[in-house]
Amino acid sequence: MTPSEPEQLEQSVERLTGLALEHGLDFFPMRYQMCPPEVLYSIGAYGMPTRFSHWSFGKAYHRMKSEYDHGLSKIYELVINSDPCYAFLLDSNTLLQNKLIVAHVLGHSDFFKNNAMFAGTDRKMVDRMAIFADRMDRFGQEYGIDEVEKFLDAGMAIQEHVDPFFARSGRPGGFREMDGEVKDVIGYIAAQSRYLEEWQREILHMLRAEMLYFWPQMETKIMNEGWASYWHLKLVRELELSDSEIIEFSAMNSGVIQPSPGRINPYYLGLMMLRHIEKKEGLEALFEIRETESDVSFIRNYLTRELAEEMDLFVYKKDGQQYKVTDKSLEEIKDNLIRSRTNGGFPYLTVKDDDLHGRGELLLYNRYEGLELDRKYIERTLPMVHQLWGRTVHLRTVVEGKEKTYMYDGKQLA
Amino acid sequence: MDNRMFMIARDDWSLHRKGEIDQERHKRKVKEAIRHNLADLVSEESIIMPQGDKVIKVPIRSLDEPKFRYNYQNEPQVGQGKGGTQVGDVIGQSGQGDAEGPGKGGHEAGDQPGEDYYEAELTIDELAELVFEDLQLPRLKPKAAPDMMIDDIRFDDVRRQGMMSNVDKRRTLFEAIKRQSLGGGITAMPHAAAAQSHWASPGEPATGAAGSATGPVTITGDDLRYKTWEDIRRPQSSAVVLAMMDTSGSMGAFEKYVARSFFFWMTRFLRTKYDNVQIRFLSHSTEAKEVDEDSFFTKGESGGTRCSSVYELALRILEADYPPGQHNAYVFHFSDGDNLDSDNPVTVRLANELLERVNMLGYGEIRQHVYGGKQLWEAMSSLTSPAFSRSILKEKEDVFKTLQAFFGEELAS
Repeated sequence: MTPSEPEQLEQSVERLTGLALEHGLDFFPMRYQMCPPEVLYSIGAYGMPTRFSHWSFGKAYHRMKSEYDHGLSKIYELVINSDPCYAFLLDSNTLLQNKLIVAHVLGHSDFFKNNAMFAGTDRKMVDRMAIFADRMDRFGQEYGIDEVEKFLDAGMAIQEHVDPFFARSGRPGGFREMDGEVKDVIGYIAAQSRYLEEWQREILHMLRAEMLYFWPQMETKIMNEGWASYWHLKLVRELELSDSEIIEFSAMNSGVIQPSPGRINPYYLGLMMLRHIEKKEGLEALFEIRETESDVSFIRNYLTRELAEEMDLFVYKKDGQQYKVTDKSLEEIKDNLIRSRTNGGFPYLTVKDDDLHGRGELLLYNRYEGLELDRKYIERTLPMVHQLWGRTVHLRTVVEGKEKTYMYDGKQLA
Repeated sequence: MDNRMFMIARDDWSLHRKGEIDQERHKRKVKEAIRHNLADLVSEESIIMPQGDKVIKVPIRSLDEPKFRYNYQNEPQVGQGKGGTQVGDVIGQSGQGDAEGPGKGGHEAGDQPGEDYYEAELTIDELAELVFEDLQLPRLKPKAAPDMMIDDIRFDDVRRQGMMSNVDKRRTLFEAIKRQSLGGGITAMPHAAAAQSHWASPGEPATGAAGSATGPVTITGDDLRYKTWEDIRRPQSSAVVLAMMDTSGSMGAFEKYVARSFFFWMTRFLRTKYDNVQIRFLSHSTEAKEVDEDSFFTKGESGGTRCSSVYELALRILEADYPPGQHNAYVFHFSDGDNLDSDNPVTVRLANELLERVNMLGYGEIRQHVYGGKQLWEAMSSLTSPAFSRSILKEKEDVFKTLQAFFGEELAS
């Protein structure tokens, strides 16, 4: 950055903040942090500036960093759902890039603050995760780093299986039972396993708290990115840009929201849907939708035939060695999109029985919703659950149309 | 404008190294996983016979975080086209890895489930290093060869005597400071300052400044410390290896591939670990001939099989070019065992002759099916020399097993 750029950025941020307020965005106070690529990638990999150590974060870090080094992809920004809201900007970004990103993250911050899915999230998670990291270090010193890592491997294998209902309703403790089943698998095991030591229980509770914090982001990816894209376009267009800045803006913008062949780009899909709604129902409707919907209901309620055609959406399937388009009907497109977004994209598991055969065996149940589980992963994950439960564990799911129960007793899988 | 609505900070992030540290941990795990998968990797077709040091991608399932996840392989998914896409259009081909979906440029962050393995990247050299970790030329004997050489020296010790050119400045200064400090010359032991001080040439180590805060340090003869070194001797290198391969018509694509994989790794291994091992390449059907390396690895032939021909040629070559007593000699022969019946006894007799003058004779028989003639294999079983080793290769993964059998610590039976 040339010496005057920090001031220019300061002025632009001030201007964009003002514009956003004028347009009715309601966001948390913003804390922009300039940082070098390595820092951005590590925050990207960990999901937080400070979080506990695990090799899988190192793996993610390595992947992101080498993609950046090879010019394959670049993270421009990162934003954290917190109050104040932290946004990280790459210090090698151009001024224009940073303007665009500031506008984009203002959209995210407004979404975090107002969308119903985020209502129960802990806005002080930045600090809490740092505390968790300290605890984890202490456990490492006390029980051995390898021991902790091994336990984390097992805990993280089931960390997605939480129940966001409680976090949202703000009720502490306990489990929500539905038809005698508990969706909060990790919480249930943390509380009920007779096998765990206290530090291990604590780790499971920490993993669960972190997952509950991340959960709304997974449920609202399309909306959240669409909303942020909508606003960066609107706000940056109101800045006085030079000709060269306009060209740079267009290039960068199309890089972010361009449709990717064969895949759904959430930025693009979200943006297109929002614009469509705005055209029909006005801007007010958008503000309402951003408050109440998640991706699943958003798609269910607002994806129209017209839009699906305009975006050239289709359903495809593997046919031998080829991927073939199988359907273009709105119903099929919707069903498949919704299915892939349901439960954050994770299989829906519940604890169905914790005393199977009267021997304290655990039965997990997969509510089959048309997608089968990957067998190879069942074989690797069930032993992890066993490690946490300490006794034989079962998983009931559907394979080739028939109900099937897998079992792992500590020695072999059946 | 409300000032609390934003602030821009430029913190010092230089201590933010967590990603690097966890990345190291991940790398170690990758290496472990690769080590467990060596048998598969060694016979991986994409690895054999590439040029240069290209990076290979190694699928490692165990490094993917285990989770319950959907199997999207054969499930419908939603995609997006450029316009006008029709039902029945082909939008992509499934890659070799099977996990690849259409249009996946490799730069997606992997947020989609169903990406079912982790790909480690490593160079052939890195892989080779792991493969060769415990391999060596077995029964290597020091021969009366003049070319025993010192490859390298390593400074790994500190002594009180030595050559001036090898003065260990840091240690010397440390000794001086220690002496002065104990003698009351200076009170503190300024590590940091000592490390930074500049120094005159070793020829005149009379005085030097250890930093202004600590006063002058005087160095006496007693303070001088010298680095000393150790010669690193590589294994004696006067060895010859004869690579012999059956290229007769009965050797199918699989058999040739397996034999060549073995020789690929063998030549690479020998050239990495030993400086001056000669490798000569012999191929045979009913007749044997010496060929250059390139043809050995690429050209196929046909015709019947007379294994004895190549043993005969091997004897002649050793006789002519490698007088015993000066060279370690090794012979490795790969065949599908489908030999002319009458030739088996001849082959065994010649093999016996060879065994008298080589450090090792390794015979690899590639037999994909349980059936088929085993005459040569059985005839070979009469060879009792401890220098004889044989191995059956039924599948590609046996290449690694055979490498270990032939070049392992102990001669496997």
